[in-house]
Amino acid sequence: MIHFDIEKKLHSANGEFILHASGKIDSGAFVSLYGASGAGKTSFLRMLAGLMKPDNGSIWADDIAWYDAQKRIDISPQKRRIGLVFQDYALFPNMNVRANIAFALPKNERSSFVDELLELTNLVNLASRKTEHLSGGERQRVALARAIARKPSLLLLDEPLSAIDHEMRMQLQSTLLNIHRKFKLTTILVSHDAGEIIKLSDRVIHLKDGLMTPLLAPSRMFMSNGDNSILLGDIVEIERTGSESFVVVLLSDRMVRISSAACEQALSIGDSIKLTYDRNFPRITKLESTPSD
Amino acid sequence: MIEFEPFWLTFKLAFFATVILFLVSIPLGSWLSKKGNIAKTCVEVLVSMPLVLPPTVFGFYLLVAFSPENAFGGFLDHWLGLRFVFSFGGLLVASVIYSLPFMVHPIQSGFSSLPPSLKEAAYSLGKSRWDTLIHVLLPGIKSSLIAGVILTFAHTVGEFGVVLMIGGNIPGKTRTASIAIYDEVEAFRYGNANVYAVILLILSFVVLFTMYWRNRRTQQVRIL
Repeated sequence: MIHFDIEKKLHSANGEFILHASGKIDSGAFVSLYGASGAGKTSFLRMLAGLMKPDNGSIWADDIAWYDAQKRIDISPQKRRIGLVFQDYALFPNMNVRANIAFALPKNERSSFVDELLELTNLVNLASRKTEHLSGGERQRVALARAIARKPSLLLLDEPLSAIDHEMRMQLQSTLLNIHRKFKLTTILVSHDAGEIIKLSDRVIHLKDGLMTPLLAPSRMFMSNGDNSILLGDIVEIERTGSESFVVVLLSDRMVRISSAACEQALSIGDSIKLTYDRNFPRITKLESTPSD
Repeated sequence: MIEFEPFWLTFKLAFFATVILFLVSIPLGSWLSKKGNIAKTCVEVLVSMPLVLPPTVFGFYLLVAFSPENAFGGFLDHWLGLRFVFSFGGLLVASVIYSLPFMVHPIQSGFSSLPPSLKEAAYSLGKSRWDTLIHVLLPGIKSSLIAGVILTFAHTVGEFGVVLMIGGNIPGKTRTASIAIYDEVEAFRYGNANVYAVILLILSFVVLFTMYWRNRRTQQVRIL
Protein backbone atom coordinates (compact mmCIF):
# COMPACT_ATOMS: atom_id res chain seq x y z
CA MET A 1 0.00 0.00 0.00
CA ILE A 2 1.21 3.48 -0.86
CA HIS A 3 0.33 6.24 1.55
CA PHE A 4 1.21 9.80 0.68
CA ASP A 5 0.61 13.28 2.00
CA ILE A 6 2.89 15.75 0.29
CA GLU A 7 3.14 19.43 -0.55
CA LYS A 8 5.14 21.06 -3.28
CA LYS A 9 5.25 24.55 -4.73
CA LEU A 10 4.97 24.27 -8.53
CA HIS A 11 5.02 26.70 -11.43
CA SER A 12 2.50 26.49 -14.21
CA ALA A 13 1.44 28.73 -17.09
CA ASN A 14 -1.04 30.38 -14.72
CA GLY A 15 1.57 31.13 -12.08
CA GLU A 16 2.68 29.50 -8.87
CA PHE A 17 0.50 27.13 -6.93
CA ILE A 18 0.87 24.63 -4.12
CA LEU A 19 0.20 21.03 -4.99
CA HIS A 20 -1.23 19.22 -2.02
CA ALA A 21 -1.55 15.51 -2.70
CA SER A 22 -2.76 13.07 -0.11
CA GLY A 23 -4.27 9.65 -0.36
CA LYS A 24 -3.86 5.94 -0.02
CA ILE A 25 -3.56 3.42 -2.82
CA ASP A 26 -4.13 -0.27 -2.08
CA SER A 27 -1.66 -2.90 -3.25
CA GLY A 28 -2.53 -4.21 -6.67
CA ALA A 29 -4.88 -1.33 -7.49
CA PHE A 30 -4.94 0.33 -10.91
CA VAL A 31 -5.41 4.05 -10.34
CA SER A 32 -5.66 6.75 -12.99
CA LEU A 33 -4.60 10.31 -12.40
CA TYR A 34 -6.72 12.75 -14.31
CA GLY A 35 -6.43 16.50 -14.65
CA ALA A 36 -5.74 19.41 -16.96
CA SER A 37 -2.34 20.28 -18.38
CA GLY A 38 -0.05 21.79 -15.79
CA ALA A 39 -2.10 20.45 -12.88
CA GLY A 40 1.00 18.73 -11.47
CA LYS A 41 0.37 15.14 -12.53
CA THR A 42 3.91 14.51 -13.79
CA SER A 43 5.38 16.27 -10.75
CA PHE A 44 3.34 14.02 -8.50
CA LEU A 45 4.72 10.89 -10.20
CA ARG A 46 8.25 12.29 -10.04
CA MET A 47 7.89 12.87 -6.30
CA LEU A 48 6.71 9.29 -5.78
CA ALA A 49 9.68 8.09 -7.85
CA GLY A 50 12.17 10.18 -5.87
CA LEU A 51 13.17 12.29 -8.88
CA MET A 52 11.69 15.44 -7.34
CA LYS A 53 11.76 16.36 -3.68
CA PRO A 54 8.51 17.48 -2.04
CA ASP A 55 8.64 20.59 0.17
CA ASN A 56 6.87 18.84 2.99
CA GLY A 57 5.02 15.70 4.03
CA SER A 58 5.65 12.00 3.72
CA ILE A 59 5.44 9.03 1.37
CA TRP A 60 5.17 5.53 2.79
CA ALA A 61 5.19 2.29 0.83
CA ASP A 62 4.32 -0.92 2.72
CA ASP A 63 5.56 0.45 6.06
CA ILE A 64 8.79 1.74 4.57
CA ALA A 65 9.32 5.51 4.54
CA TRP A 66 10.38 6.68 1.09
CA TYR A 67 10.15 10.28 2.13
CA ASP A 68 9.48 11.92 5.44
CA ALA A 69 10.28 15.60 5.83
CA GLN A 70 10.10 15.53 9.63
CA LYS A 71 12.34 12.49 10.03
CA ARG A 72 14.60 13.79 7.25
CA ILE A 73 14.17 10.61 5.23
CA ASP A 74 14.47 10.84 1.45
CA ILE A 75 15.58 7.57 -0.06
CA SER A 76 17.02 7.53 -3.56
CA PRO A 77 15.03 6.48 -6.65
CA GLN A 78 17.28 3.40 -6.89
CA LYS A 79 15.95 2.06 -3.58
CA ARG A 80 12.26 2.78 -4.14
CA ARG A 81 11.43 -0.23 -6.33
CA ILE A 82 9.44 1.73 -8.86
CA GLY A 83 8.94 1.18 -12.55
CA LEU A 84 8.54 4.46 -14.37
CA VAL A 85 7.46 4.84 -17.99
CA PHE A 86 8.40 8.33 -19.13
CA GLN A 87 6.41 10.47 -21.55
CA ASP A 88 9.36 10.39 -23.98
CA TYR A 89 10.03 6.70 -23.11
CA ALA A 90 13.73 7.44 -22.33
CA LEU A 91 14.98 4.29 -24.05
CA PHE A 92 18.76 3.87 -24.09
CA PRO A 93 19.79 4.55 -27.70
CA ASN A 94 23.07 2.63 -27.40
CA MET A 95 21.26 -0.63 -26.60
CA ASN A 96 18.92 -2.77 -28.66
CA VAL A 97 15.46 -3.75 -27.49
CA ARG A 98 16.59 -6.84 -25.58
CA ALA A 99 19.51 -5.01 -23.94
CA ASN A 100 17.24 -2.18 -22.83
CA ILE A 101 15.05 -4.67 -21.00
CA ALA A 102 17.93 -6.83 -19.73
CA PHE A 103 19.66 -3.74 -18.31
CA ALA A 104 16.78 -3.35 -15.86
CA LEU A 105 16.94 -6.91 -14.50
CA PRO A 106 17.85 -7.13 -10.83
CA LYS A 107 21.18 -8.88 -10.24
CA ASN A 108 19.92 -12.33 -9.33
CA GLU A 109 17.07 -12.45 -11.80
CA ARG A 110 17.12 -15.19 -14.45
CA SER A 111 17.56 -13.85 -17.97
CA SER A 112 14.62 -15.89 -19.26
CA PHE A 113 12.43 -13.21 -17.68
CA VAL A 114 13.52 -10.94 -20.55
CA ASP A 115 12.16 -13.48 -23.05
CA GLU A 116 8.95 -13.69 -21.11
CA LEU A 117 8.56 -9.92 -21.23
CA LEU A 118 9.44 -9.75 -24.93
CA GLU A 119 6.69 -12.23 -25.60
CA LEU A 120 4.18 -10.52 -23.36
CA THR A 121 4.71 -7.17 -25.06
CA ASN A 122 4.86 -8.72 -28.52
CA LEU A 123 8.46 -7.65 -29.16
CA VAL A 124 10.13 -11.00 -29.89
CA ASN A 125 10.73 -10.17 -33.55
CA LEU A 126 12.20 -6.76 -32.69
CA ALA A 127 14.52 -7.96 -29.91
CA SER A 128 17.75 -7.18 -31.75
CA ARG A 129 16.57 -3.84 -33.24
CA LYS A 130 18.06 -0.55 -32.15
CA THR A 131 15.44 1.59 -30.45
CA GLU A 132 15.82 4.50 -32.89
CA HIS A 133 14.27 2.33 -35.63
CA LEU A 134 11.09 1.62 -33.67
CA SER A 135 7.67 3.22 -34.04
CA GLY A 136 6.03 5.10 -31.17
CA GLY A 137 3.93 2.13 -30.12
CA GLU A 138 6.91 -0.22 -30.21
CA ARG A 139 9.00 2.15 -28.12
CA GLN A 140 6.20 2.38 -25.67
CA ARG A 141 6.11 -1.40 -25.29
CA VAL A 142 9.88 -1.54 -24.75
CA ALA A 143 9.60 1.15 -22.06
CA LEU A 144 6.83 -0.82 -20.40
CA ALA A 145 8.71 -4.14 -20.54
CA ARG A 146 11.83 -2.45 -19.17
CA ALA A 147 9.94 -0.90 -16.26
CA ILE A 148 8.49 -4.29 -15.33
CA ALA A 149 11.84 -6.12 -15.70
CA ARG A 150 12.95 -4.23 -12.63
CA LYS A 151 10.23 -6.07 -10.63
CA PRO A 152 8.82 -2.91 -9.11
CA SER A 153 6.30 -2.70 -6.35
CA LEU A 154 4.79 0.41 -7.94
CA LEU A 155 4.39 1.04 -11.66
CA LEU A 156 4.11 4.69 -12.72
CA LEU A 157 2.93 5.46 -16.24
CA ASP A 158 3.23 9.08 -17.34
CA GLU A 159 0.78 9.45 -20.23
CA PRO A 160 2.31 6.52 -22.05
CA LEU A 161 -0.45 6.32 -24.63
CA SER A 162 -0.89 9.98 -25.52
CA ALA A 163 1.39 10.06 -28.57
CA ILE A 164 0.12 6.89 -30.20
CA ASP A 165 -2.52 6.44 -32.88
CA HIS A 166 -5.90 5.13 -31.96
CA GLU A 167 -5.60 1.52 -33.06
CA MET A 168 -2.23 1.02 -31.42
CA ARG A 169 -3.59 2.64 -28.31
CA MET A 170 -6.35 0.03 -28.09
CA GLN A 171 -3.78 -2.77 -28.40
CA LEU A 172 -1.56 -1.24 -25.76
CA GLN A 173 -4.45 -0.81 -23.39
CA SER A 174 -5.04 -4.56 -23.63
CA THR A 175 -1.33 -5.21 -23.04
CA LEU A 176 -1.44 -2.96 -19.98
CA LEU A 177 -4.45 -4.83 -18.63
CA ASN A 178 -2.79 -8.21 -19.21
CA ILE A 179 0.34 -7.06 -17.46
CA HIS A 180 -1.61 -5.70 -14.57
CA ARG A 181 -3.52 -8.94 -14.14
CA LYS A 182 -0.40 -11.09 -14.44
CA PHE A 183 1.94 -9.21 -12.11
CA LYS A 184 -0.66 -7.56 -9.86
CA LEU A 185 1.42 -4.41 -9.75
CA THR A 186 0.10 -1.34 -8.02
CA THR A 187 -0.19 1.00 -10.99
CA ILE A 188 -0.71 4.73 -11.38
CA LEU A 189 -1.54 5.90 -14.90
CA VAL A 190 -1.61 9.55 -15.93
CA SER A 191 -4.23 9.93 -18.63
CA HIS A 192 -6.41 12.57 -20.25
CA ASP A 193 -8.62 10.06 -21.91
CA ALA A 194 -11.84 9.32 -20.07
CA GLY A 195 -12.47 6.19 -22.17
CA GLU A 196 -9.05 4.84 -21.37
CA ILE A 197 -9.47 5.53 -17.68
CA ILE A 198 -12.80 3.74 -17.57
CA LYS A 199 -11.43 0.77 -19.49
CA LEU A 200 -8.29 0.32 -17.41
CA SER A 201 -8.60 1.57 -13.90
CA ASP A 202 -10.36 0.65 -10.67
CA ARG A 203 -10.10 4.13 -9.23
CA VAL A 204 -9.54 7.68 -10.44
CA ILE A 205 -7.94 10.67 -8.76
CA HIS A 206 -8.75 14.08 -10.17
CA LEU A 207 -6.05 16.69 -9.70
CA LYS A 208 -7.45 20.19 -9.87
CA ASP A 209 -6.27 23.57 -8.56
CA GLY A 210 -3.47 21.85 -6.66
CA LEU A 211 -5.79 19.53 -4.79
CA MET A 212 -6.65 15.88 -5.18
CA THR A 213 -10.12 14.46 -5.03
CA PRO A 214 -10.56 11.30 -2.99
CA LEU A 215 -10.28 8.09 -5.00
CA LEU A 216 -13.47 7.48 -6.93
CA ALA A 217 -14.68 4.73 -9.18
CA PRO A 218 -14.25 5.94 -12.79
CA SER A 219 -17.96 5.58 -13.45
CA ARG A 220 -18.70 7.99 -10.62
CA MET A 221 -16.07 10.45 -11.70
CA PHE A 222 -17.36 10.80 -15.23
CA MET A 223 -21.07 10.35 -14.60
CA SER A 224 -21.54 12.48 -11.57
CA ASN A 225 -24.88 13.97 -12.65
CA GLY A 226 -26.63 10.69 -12.05
CA ASP A 227 -27.63 10.23 -15.68
CA ASN A 228 -26.80 6.65 -16.61
CA SER A 229 -27.25 7.08 -20.32
CA ILE A 230 -23.98 8.97 -20.88
CA LEU A 231 -21.54 7.48 -23.34
CA LEU A 232 -17.97 8.69 -23.78
CA GLY A 233 -16.11 8.57 -27.04
CA ASP A 234 -13.89 10.30 -29.57
CA ILE A 235 -14.68 11.99 -32.86
CA VAL A 236 -12.93 9.97 -35.56
CA GLU A 237 -14.44 11.45 -38.68
CA ILE A 238 -16.59 14.35 -39.85
CA GLU A 239 -18.55 13.68 -43.06
CA ARG A 240 -20.31 16.22 -45.24
CA THR A 241 -22.77 15.03 -47.86
CA GLY A 242 -24.69 17.79 -49.59
CA SER A 243 -26.43 19.95 -47.05
CA GLU A 244 -26.17 17.34 -44.29
CA SER A 245 -23.17 16.59 -42.14
CA PHE A 246 -22.42 13.78 -39.75
CA VAL A 247 -19.89 13.03 -37.07
CA VAL A 248 -18.57 9.53 -36.57
CA VAL A 249 -18.02 8.79 -32.91
CA LEU A 250 -15.92 5.93 -31.63
CA LEU A 251 -17.41 4.55 -28.45
CA SER A 252 -15.51 1.95 -26.46
CA ASP A 253 -16.18 -0.95 -28.84
CA ARG A 254 -18.17 0.43 -31.77
CA MET A 255 -18.61 3.44 -34.01
CA VAL A 256 -21.77 5.40 -34.49
CA ARG A 257 -22.70 7.95 -37.13
CA ILE A 258 -24.78 10.82 -35.83
CA SER A 259 -26.12 13.93 -37.54
CA SER A 260 -24.06 16.95 -36.56
CA ALA A 261 -27.30 18.67 -35.56
CA ALA A 262 -26.72 16.84 -32.29
CA CYS A 263 -23.49 18.73 -31.65
CA GLU A 264 -23.69 21.58 -29.19
CA GLN A 265 -20.51 23.22 -30.43
CA ALA A 266 -18.03 22.96 -33.29
CA LEU A 267 -16.02 19.76 -33.06
CA SER A 268 -12.94 18.48 -34.75
CA ILE A 269 -11.43 15.06 -35.24
CA GLY A 270 -9.80 13.73 -32.10
CA ASP A 271 -12.08 15.61 -29.67
CA SER A 272 -13.27 13.61 -26.69
CA ILE A 273 -17.00 13.91 -26.31
CA LYS A 274 -19.90 12.97 -24.12
CA LEU A 275 -22.94 11.49 -25.87
CA THR A 276 -26.24 11.81 -24.07
CA TYR A 277 -29.83 11.16 -25.06
CA ASP A 278 -32.31 13.84 -24.26
CA ARG A 279 -35.89 12.63 -24.90
CA ASN A 280 -34.52 10.19 -27.47
CA PHE A 281 -32.55 12.88 -29.32
CA PRO A 282 -28.77 12.48 -29.23
CA ARG A 283 -26.68 15.37 -27.90
CA ILE A 284 -22.91 15.59 -28.24
CA THR A 285 -20.93 17.77 -25.84
CA LYS A 286 -17.19 18.24 -25.91
CA LEU A 287 -15.38 17.12 -22.75
CA GLU A 288 -13.37 19.80 -20.98
CA SER A 289 -10.08 17.96 -20.95
CA THR A 290 -7.52 18.57 -23.64
CA PRO A 291 -5.71 15.66 -25.24
CA SER A 292 -2.24 17.07 -24.72
CA ASP A 293 -0.08 18.07 -21.79
CA MET B 1 69.80 15.70 -40.15
CA ILE B 2 66.20 14.82 -39.43
CA GLU B 3 65.69 13.32 -36.00
CA PHE B 4 62.66 11.36 -34.98
CA GLU B 5 63.06 12.06 -31.32
CA PRO B 6 61.02 15.30 -31.49
CA PHE B 7 58.11 13.32 -32.98
CA TRP B 8 58.39 10.59 -30.41
CA LEU B 9 58.42 13.22 -27.67
CA THR B 10 55.49 15.07 -29.22
CA PHE B 11 53.35 11.95 -29.42
CA LYS B 12 54.31 10.85 -25.92
CA LEU B 13 53.30 14.28 -24.64
CA ALA B 14 50.06 14.32 -26.62
CA PHE B 15 49.19 10.78 -25.52
CA PHE B 16 49.67 11.38 -21.79
CA ALA B 17 47.99 14.80 -21.93
CA THR B 18 44.98 13.24 -23.70
CA VAL B 19 44.70 10.38 -21.21
CA ILE B 20 44.87 12.72 -18.21
CA LEU B 21 42.43 15.19 -19.76
CA PHE B 22 39.99 12.43 -20.67
CA LEU B 23 39.80 11.30 -17.06
CA VAL B 24 39.61 14.85 -15.68
CA SER B 25 37.11 16.20 -18.20
CA ILE B 26 34.37 13.60 -17.71
CA PRO B 27 33.56 14.66 -14.13
CA LEU B 28 34.36 18.32 -14.91
CA GLY B 29 32.25 18.38 -18.10
CA SER B 30 29.38 16.63 -16.34
CA TRP B 31 29.48 19.14 -13.47
CA LEU B 32 29.64 22.13 -15.82
CA SER B 33 26.72 20.85 -17.90
CA LYS B 34 24.38 21.20 -14.93
CA LYS B 35 22.80 24.42 -13.76
CA GLY B 36 24.99 26.45 -11.48
CA ASN B 37 25.89 29.62 -9.68
CA ILE B 38 28.58 32.24 -10.16
CA ALA B 39 31.30 29.87 -8.93
CA LYS B 40 30.49 27.49 -11.78
CA THR B 41 30.65 30.36 -14.26
CA CYS B 42 34.09 31.28 -12.90
CA VAL B 43 35.31 27.70 -13.41
CA GLU B 44 33.87 27.76 -16.92
CA VAL B 45 35.78 30.95 -17.67
CA LEU B 46 39.02 29.50 -16.27
CA VAL B 47 38.61 26.36 -18.39
CA SER B 48 38.12 28.50 -21.51
CA MET B 49 41.00 30.93 -20.78
CA PRO B 50 43.55 29.06 -22.92
CA LEU B 51 41.36 29.74 -25.96
CA VAL B 52 41.91 33.50 -25.75
CA LEU B 53 45.14 33.92 -23.79
CA PRO B 54 48.38 34.17 -25.81
CA PRO B 55 50.40 31.02 -25.09
CA THR B 56 53.33 33.17 -24.05
CA VAL B 57 51.32 34.85 -21.30
CA PHE B 58 50.20 31.51 -20.03
CA GLY B 59 53.69 29.99 -20.37
CA PHE B 60 55.24 32.97 -18.62
CA TYR B 61 53.05 32.58 -15.53
CA LEU B 62 53.62 28.84 -15.42
CA LEU B 63 57.35 29.44 -15.68
CA VAL B 64 57.22 31.90 -12.79
CA ALA B 65 55.01 29.60 -10.72
CA PHE B 66 57.14 26.51 -11.28
CA SER B 67 60.48 28.24 -10.80
CA PRO B 68 62.23 26.73 -7.74
CA GLU B 69 63.16 30.31 -6.75
CA ASN B 70 59.51 31.05 -6.02
CA ALA B 71 57.18 29.76 -3.30
CA PHE B 72 55.12 27.22 -5.26
CA GLY B 73 58.01 25.88 -7.36
CA GLY B 74 60.20 25.80 -4.25
CA PHE B 75 57.56 23.81 -2.40
CA LEU B 76 57.27 21.28 -5.26
CA ASP B 77 61.06 21.00 -5.48
CA HIS B 78 61.77 20.77 -1.78
CA TRP B 79 58.89 18.65 -0.52
CA LEU B 80 57.87 16.57 -3.49
CA GLY B 81 61.10 16.51 -5.47
CA LEU B 82 59.29 17.77 -8.58
CA ARG B 83 60.90 20.26 -10.89
CA PHE B 84 58.58 21.32 -13.67
CA VAL B 85 60.73 23.97 -15.32
CA PHE B 86 62.55 22.70 -18.43
CA SER B 87 61.36 19.14 -17.92
CA PHE B 88 58.93 16.72 -19.58
CA GLY B 89 56.74 16.77 -16.45
CA GLY B 90 56.43 20.55 -16.79
CA LEU B 91 55.46 20.21 -20.45
CA LEU B 92 52.81 17.68 -19.51
CA VAL B 93 51.29 19.88 -16.78
CA ALA B 94 51.29 22.89 -19.11
CA SER B 95 49.75 20.88 -21.96
CA VAL B 96 47.03 19.49 -19.73
CA ILE B 97 46.02 22.98 -18.63
CA TYR B 98 46.42 24.51 -22.07
CA SER B 99 44.39 21.84 -23.89
CA LEU B 100 41.70 21.66 -21.20
CA PRO B 101 38.95 23.47 -23.19
CA PHE B 102 39.46 21.20 -26.18
CA MET B 103 38.45 18.17 -24.12
CA VAL B 104 36.00 19.78 -21.67
CA HIS B 105 33.87 21.67 -24.23
CA PRO B 106 32.79 18.72 -26.41
CA ILE B 107 32.15 16.57 -23.34
CA GLN B 108 30.20 19.34 -21.62
CA SER B 109 28.02 19.94 -24.67
CA GLY B 110 27.55 16.18 -25.05
CA PHE B 111 26.25 15.90 -21.49
CA SER B 112 24.00 18.95 -21.97
CA SER B 113 22.44 17.46 -25.10
CA LEU B 114 21.48 14.20 -23.39
CA PRO B 115 17.83 14.20 -22.29
CA PRO B 116 17.72 14.21 -18.46
CA SER B 117 15.18 11.39 -18.61
CA LEU B 118 17.92 8.91 -19.64
CA LYS B 119 19.71 9.34 -16.34
CA GLU B 120 16.46 9.35 -14.43
CA ALA B 121 15.31 6.19 -16.20
CA ALA B 122 18.52 4.39 -15.21
CA TYR B 123 18.15 5.57 -11.59
CA SER B 124 14.53 4.46 -11.53
CA LEU B 125 15.68 1.03 -12.73
CA GLY B 126 17.86 0.79 -9.64
CA LYS B 127 21.19 1.52 -11.32
CA SER B 128 23.93 3.30 -9.37
CA ARG B 129 25.47 6.56 -10.57
CA TRP B 130 28.56 4.66 -11.70
CA ASP B 131 26.56 2.05 -13.67
CA THR B 132 24.51 4.84 -15.21
CA LEU B 133 27.65 6.72 -16.24
CA ILE B 134 29.37 3.67 -17.76
CA HIS B 135 26.40 2.00 -19.45
CA VAL B 136 24.12 4.91 -20.38
CA LEU B 137 25.70 8.37 -20.26
CA LEU B 138 29.16 7.76 -21.73
CA PRO B 139 27.85 5.60 -24.60
CA GLY B 140 25.29 8.36 -25.15
CA ILE B 141 28.00 10.97 -25.72
CA LYS B 142 30.39 8.70 -27.62
CA SER B 143 30.85 11.08 -30.53
CA SER B 144 31.61 13.96 -28.14
CA LEU B 145 34.23 11.81 -26.39
CA ILE B 146 35.87 10.93 -29.69
CA ALA B 147 35.81 14.58 -30.74
CA GLY B 148 37.41 15.61 -27.44
CA VAL B 149 40.16 13.01 -27.72
CA ILE B 150 41.05 13.89 -31.32
CA LEU B 151 40.99 17.64 -30.77
CA THR B 152 43.06 17.42 -27.59
CA PHE B 153 45.61 15.15 -29.18
CA ALA B 154 45.88 17.33 -32.30
CA HIS B 155 46.08 20.54 -30.28
CA THR B 156 48.82 19.19 -28.01
CA VAL B 157 50.80 18.05 -31.04
CA GLY B 158 50.59 21.59 -32.45
CA GLU B 159 51.55 23.45 -29.29
CA PHE B 160 54.45 25.86 -29.49
CA GLY B 161 54.39 28.94 -27.29
CA VAL B 162 53.69 27.28 -23.97
CA VAL B 163 56.13 24.48 -24.68
CA LEU B 164 58.90 26.90 -25.53
CA MET B 165 58.27 29.04 -22.46
CA ILE B 166 58.13 26.25 -19.93
CA GLY B 167 60.27 23.59 -21.55
CA GLY B 168 62.83 25.48 -23.59
CA ASN B 169 64.56 23.51 -26.30
CA ILE B 170 66.37 20.58 -24.75
CA PRO B 171 66.93 17.75 -27.27
CA GLY B 172 65.31 14.50 -26.13
CA LYS B 173 63.69 16.17 -23.19
CA THR B 174 61.56 19.10 -24.22
CA ARG B 175 62.23 19.59 -27.94
CA THR B 176 58.92 18.68 -29.52
CA ALA B 177 58.29 18.71 -33.28
CA SER B 178 57.04 22.30 -33.39
CA ILE B 179 60.10 23.49 -31.44
CA ALA B 180 62.35 21.52 -33.76
CA ILE B 181 60.92 23.43 -36.75
CA TYR B 182 61.63 26.74 -35.03
CA ASP B 183 65.13 25.55 -34.18
CA GLU B 184 65.89 24.51 -37.77
CA VAL B 185 64.62 27.83 -39.16
CA GLU B 186 66.78 29.77 -36.70
CA ALA B 187 69.80 27.84 -37.98
CA PHE B 188 68.71 28.49 -41.62
CA ARG B 189 68.19 24.78 -42.29
CA TYR B 190 64.99 25.38 -44.23
CA GLY B 191 65.00 21.92 -45.82
CA ASN B 192 64.92 20.18 -42.45
CA ALA B 193 62.27 22.59 -41.16
CA ASN B 194 60.19 21.77 -44.20
CA VAL B 195 60.37 18.01 -43.55
CA TYR B 196 59.17 18.46 -39.94
CA ALA B 197 56.50 20.88 -41.07
CA VAL B 198 55.17 18.63 -43.84
CA ILE B 199 54.91 15.68 -41.48
CA LEU B 200 52.92 17.78 -38.98
CA LEU B 201 50.76 19.23 -41.75
CA ILE B 202 49.84 15.80 -43.14
CA LEU B 203 49.19 14.45 -39.69
CA SER B 204 46.88 17.33 -38.76
CA PHE B 205 45.00 16.98 -42.02
CA VAL B 206 44.48 13.24 -41.54
CA VAL B 207 43.29 13.70 -37.97
CA LEU B 208 40.76 16.39 -38.82
CA PHE B 209 39.66 14.64 -42.00
CA THR B 210 38.94 11.43 -40.08
CA MET B 211 36.93 13.33 -37.53
CA TYR B 212 34.83 15.36 -39.99
CA TRP B 213 34.32 12.33 -42.24
CA ARG B 214 33.03 10.29 -39.35
CA ASN B 215 30.84 13.15 -38.23
CA ARG B 216 29.38 13.64 -41.70
CA ARG B 217 28.41 9.98 -41.85
CA THR B 218 26.86 9.77 -38.40
CA GLN B 219 25.44 13.33 -38.46
CA GLN B 220 25.89 13.65 -34.76
CA VAL B 221 27.21 16.61 -32.77
CA ARG B 222 28.79 19.54 -34.52
CA ILE B 223 32.34 19.60 -33.28
CA LEU B 224 33.77 22.99 -34.20
